[in-house]
Amino acid sequence: MQKYMRWSAILVVLMLVLAACQGGGGSSAGESAGESEPAASQPEASEGGGGGTGSAADCEADEFGCIELAEGDPLVIGTALVISGANEALGTDSQWGVEVAAQFRPEIAGHEVEFNHQDDGCSAEGGTAAARALVSEENIAAVIGTSCSGAGVPAAEITSAEGILMVSPSNTAPSLTAPETHEPFYARTAHNDNIQGAAMAQFACEVLGVGSAATIDDGSPYADQLANVFARQFEEQCDGTVTAEEAVTVGQTDFSGVLENIAADSPELLYFPIFVAEGALITQQAKDTAGLEDTILAGADGYFTPDWLEATGDAAEGHYLSGPDLAFSGNFYEDEFLPAYREISGQDEPISVFHAHAFDAYNMIADAIEAVAFTDGGTTYIPRTALRDAFFSTSGYEGVTGTLTCDENGDCADAKISVSQVQDVDGELQFVRVWPEG
Amino acid sequence: MPGRPPRLNLVNLFLWLLGGGILVLAGVGAFLTLSQGRLSGDQWESLIVAGIALGSVYALIALGYTLVYGILFMINFAHGEVFMWGAFTAYFAATALDDAGMMDANPILALFLTLLTAMLVSMVIAIILERVAYRPLRGAPRLVPLITAIGASLFLQYTARGFYGSGVRAYPSYGGLFEGTIDIGPLTMPIEDAVVVVAALALMLALYFFINNTRTGRAMRAVSEDKDVAAMMGINVDRIIVTTFAIGGLLAGAAGILYTLLFNQVHFFMGFLPGIKAFTAAVLGGIGNIIGAALGGLTLGILEQLGPNLFLTGYNIPAPNQLKDVLAFTVLVLVLIFRPSGFLGRKENV
Repeated sequence: MQKYMRWSAILVVLMLVLAACQGGGGSSAGESAGESEPAASQPEASEGGGGGTGSAADCEADEFGCIELAEGDPLVIGTALVISGANEALGTDSQWGVEVAAQFRPEIAGHEVEFNHQDDGCSAEGGTAAARALVSEENIAAVIGTSCSGAGVPAAEITSAEGILMVSPSNTAPSLTAPETHEPFYARTAHNDNIQGAAMAQFACEVLGVGSAATIDDGSPYADQLANVFARQFEEQCDGTVTAEEAVTVGQTDFSGVLENIAADSPELLYFPIFVAEGALITQQAKDTAGLEDTILAGADGYFTPDWLEATGDAAEGHYLSGPDLAFSGNFYEDEFLPAYREISGQDEPISVFHAHAFDAYNMIADAIEAVAFTDGGTTYIPRTALRDAFFSTSGYEGVTGTLTCDENGDCADAKISVSQVQDVDGELQFVRVWPEG
Repeated sequence: MPGRPPRLNLVNLFLWLLGGGILVLAGVGAFLTLSQGRLSGDQWESLIVAGIALGSVYALIALGYTLVYGILFMINFAHGEVFMWGAFTAYFAATALDDAGMMDANPILALFLTLLTAMLVSMVIAIILERVAYRPLRGAPRLVPLITAIGASLFLQYTARGFYGSGVRAYPSYGGLFEGTIDIGPLTMPIEDAVVVVAALALMLALYFFINNTRTGRAMRAVSEDKDVAAMMGINVDRIIVTTFAIGGLLAGAAGILYTLLFNQVHFFMGFLPGIKAFTAAVLGGIGNIIGAALGGLTLGILEQLGPNLFLTGYNIPAPNQLKDVLAFTVLVLVLIFRPSGFLGRKENV
């Protein structure tokens, strides 16, 4: 018997390790939104073989060599977005954004675009697997991804090591573009959470007028950093009190411990910028926790999706969510983008908030490719480092989400944050944009 | 090894020191926390109540592990998935009932029908599992069915994902059936928690009665003692084993519905963590022992809720509740050090 007890003990330890691994999920979410100029010039017609004026010597000089496409070869763009699991709306929405872009612009540098869609799983493991699958494809031109910052951290490292440009439409964790931790081939069209956290803090004190707040994160880079930025800004901008900074684990279902601990100080606002499954449960359970009845609940773009509404039910009413401002100026989004999105997705409305960022990412990559591609004897060459440099020098690009300019750390977004509230509209819960006005 | 004096070698000494150290730390932490006086009495009470409710669900799942272990001496790692299948399938029954208006018209009957669906589905899955994955390996070395169990677990998870999709789904609410609180003894419980606890208790009592007072129960105990002798006594061992799996499945299905009463969500991966927690509960209580499983489940549930707030807050550890699993499993390690067979584990000489 003792022998079997020992086996049990070993098994328990194994399971512990498994459980721990499973908790390491990541996240992301982003924002941006244009108010500046509408993007009238979305799909520029691509002209044949690209505008570069290079020669074979450039390919040898380039540390990572060239993407070489024989005449008639497709140009492959990889995506690494979360397209399964509780957060599938986040990535599927972006993937549709990319497909819409490809419908407007099916050829880049004279080559038909083909996709290699991978799933980032919204976790570090998923991001690693997706990035490895993509870099193993020899001629991959660029990667659009990841959805979740937690997946983006390892994926950026893998793609940058191979000299492959990776542009995320929805990673928002500040560390990804912080000078010390930025990977050289990584950029994003989503906002940086330094902006989102500050905007939410401003909304909390100026609009909601609250003086105390608590935060919950799930240990993922996205949630951890966003909650932290919010807390620091709330103290700084609003002179507010942060009563608790709690954390939960991905996959957890019972949050009474966390909520009771937070309820001890009855904060006026509870901000938990996490993901769909846990976000829904915390919303429900907070409603039943004594001491939190009057606390305003708020989250962020990680669960800004109808899937979360469905998983939460009536408890969602009154909830505030920060995210990218989708009130884009100009008519392109309404008149052309959305009809194409509806056709490709079969949905009436976008299922999350980063489709336009994905659309812009695709077009900026396409522009950068065409700026550096050159042909020689019918073969198109795209030097990888030059492609990266061309992308990073993007300046004043008129996209759907605004006017995008990349800095040296890969932040390209024209970041605008809005806050929406879940309201009962004709008997149905919907997201209604409440701030900023206009 | 009864009769032999315990050897106090270095390893044992280390383990005792480790265990003692942890206990001292916990005691000091609890003292510090309580002297801070952050949480009110009501809040401690609701933590305990939530712990009891969660613990009862763990206990029901743990019974499935313990029953199978008691008879086959194998850990059925796919049991968490049996639990998931019941809850997930019953979701569709519940939404259908909701669409038909029954959730509002007659919530009790609707709950009963949902429960029935979950229990039946889980039972069928458990029976198929036994027939397909375990029976062909009955005589194989012990590690073989264990690996099969893990394989079956993955198979069931991803089949559910294929069938039902990978999203999270929310159960409809049962009219206004579960609103408000109820006083049970000194505790004020939300009604849904009370329903969960009472239902779990009733099922456990029924099982206890079944095992101890029916012919089939007696046969199960006989098979557990010695399969070969039981077979010679005219007991159909295969039939008893299938019955055991079926009962474990029924309980897992019921646990699935109680779990959704508490948490309201289903998805294809939902069986993983509760399965591991329930397995832990079974080991904690002494695997193979029915009352032990119930005790282990309750201990684990209460510890998870109460533990981080009681033992860790005092040290001003940031985000203590993120460490609740660490705490729960630390207790498991302690129990395994000091009582390798769990609270009520029988000393066997298999």
